[in-house]
Amino acid sequence: MKNKNDAEQNKQYTRTIMKDYRLYLILLPIIIWYILWFYKPIAGLLIAFKYYQPNLGVMDSDFVGFSNIASLVEGNFSAQFWRAFRNTFVINVYGLIFGFPIPIVLAIAFSEIRNTAYRNVVQTLSYLPHFLSEVTITGLVLTLLYNGEVTTGVFAQLLIDIGLIGESTRIIQSADYFRPMFIITGIWKEAGYSSIVYFAAVMGISPILYEAIKVDGGNKLQELRYITLPGMAPTLTIMIVLRIGQMLSVGYERVILLYNANTYETADVLSTFVLRIGLESGNQSMGASADLFNSLIGFMLVIGANFISREISESSLW
Amino acid sequence: MIRLSKSELIFKIVTVLFVTLFGLLAFYPVIYSFSASISGKIAYEAGQITLFPKDVSFQVYELIYNDKGLWISFINTLFYTIFGTAWSIIISALGAYALSKRRLLFRRQFNFLVVFTMWFNAGMVPLYLNYINMGVDNRWGIIVAFGIQGFNIILLRSFFEAIPKEIEEAATIDGANEFELLTQIFIPMSKAAIATVTLFYATSRWNGYFWARILLNDPRELPLQVYMRILIENYQSLFDDMPVDLPYAADSYIFAVLVVSIIPVLIIYPYIQRYFARGVNLGGVKE
Repeated sequence: MKNKNDAEQNKQYTRTIMKDYRLYLILLPIIIWYILWFYKPIAGLLIAFKYYQPNLGVMDSDFVGFSNIASLVEGNFSAQFWRAFRNTFVINVYGLIFGFPIPIVLAIAFSEIRNTAYRNVVQTLSYLPHFLSEVTITGLVLTLLYNGEVTTGVFAQLLIDIGLIGESTRIIQSADYFRPMFIITGIWKEAGYSSIVYFAAVMGISPILYEAIKVDGGNKLQELRYITLPGMAPTLTIMIVLRIGQMLSVGYERVILLYNANTYETADVLSTFVLRIGLESGNQSMGASADLFNSLIGFMLVIGANFISREISESSLW
Repeated sequence: MIRLSKSELIFKIVTVLFVTLFGLLAFYPVIYSFSASISGKIAYEAGQITLFPKDVSFQVYELIYNDKGLWISFINTLFYTIFGTAWSIIISALGAYALSKRRLLFRRQFNFLVVFTMWFNAGMVPLYLNYINMGVDNRWGIIVAFGIQGFNIILLRSFFEAIPKEIEEAATIDGANEFELLTQIFIPMSKAAIATVTLFYATSRWNGYFWARILLNDPRELPLQVYMRILIENYQSLFDDMPVDLPYAADSYIFAVLVVSIIPVLIIYPYIQRYFARGVNLGGVKE
């Protein structure tokens, strides 16, 4: 009985599709694209459980069970792996503490400027670095902070002049300075652009509320505390939840372009660890194990974040 | 003139200062790069350049002008950006159109296939093995296998969904088929969204670095970003090997290269900026 129903159902599907074949033709390219370039590689994660040999390929290499994962978590590679894990997490926490509030402050400040022409100019200037490439941005950072036999970087010289670093400190080569360098580069590149979302939120607050608090004799700080921040609350909540969902992803391109062997101690993150182990040293199975670990935890974080944002507010990103 | 209270006045001054400072700081490195690129070696190495150039000479740009590799990579990047963006936007618009239709069978499942790509990724090693396995380590591979983003598809889809049913029905009665509907009604009616997504795709194509560096072996196929990075990694030794004493510092050369990479962005920037603010705020789309 069930088979008959299935057959009938299939026939009906076929009929609907044939009648409307153009629509399915239009859908086809994106589905093929995702299968080839997104879903097929996911199957490639299988090599995390295999002894991958390039001449055998993903499917024919031998299964080794969890031994790759074991050597990652508590074997030969564990020291490097956990260091990368810790660095990924620490960089994200710093990014959250220092990077997250600045676009919000910027947005509120932008909204305070009543001269629209002037505001447009500063906003436009502050968005610009977002459109420059990571290679350009990091190229600038590395040259401006360069401090070698002679100090040639203008920012390095400035830091020496105000006594923040010693004459002989090589900022780019020193693990101590990697995180601040990375976070500040990120703020410089993205803070202006990230402020757009918050700016829209501030501008969406009804002016009547501001007039009301003025009539009640509230000062500027009270205005911020009781009108502006509560008005931005939905946006703030979503953005912070989403940010937490991204806790295990770091803009690895920027790390690759800024770090070097001397700064691995603080700079090596999961993606760069995978790059060196999996691609450069040719230990693909080990790299894939770290990928799998990273992707799964990242996935859980994103799903959790989205679930929370659905619960606490009407809007969710998906 | 409205009288400002004391707290308002202080607040105003602080915000204006803060915002101005941020805007200037964001732009400063660009100005500085240009100044440093045209300054003389002695002035630069003595650290005399902070904002304005000194001992101005454009000789370093002559070196760039004669750098054939740089121009090849520049043209390559134009090629990758134009064809890559076209490829990405065509596939995304087609997909978004089909996914926006309620009558599409398994619509939820197909949408999930797209949304899932924003939550998960296979990781570097499986992606790399797949790219090699599929033979995309060349010019066309970079165009075909990269640059589709689920977020942009969802953004386009929500635009298409907002187009009134009546318009579509009227066109269908007039005998328009699916392709005509898409090209003559849906796309012209969502110009702003198409422009925004095109902008997103074009920026990521223009700026793309990592996979091009990993996958491309032929030096004649390298995009500007990769060529620039290789220069940045090697310029010091390049200059040490030069037989003649040059009037500009090695750094000036790098700054000039950076300036060359920034100029195209600065040129199109005024035209694109009205689109991206809108695009970002469309981010809060629902399924």
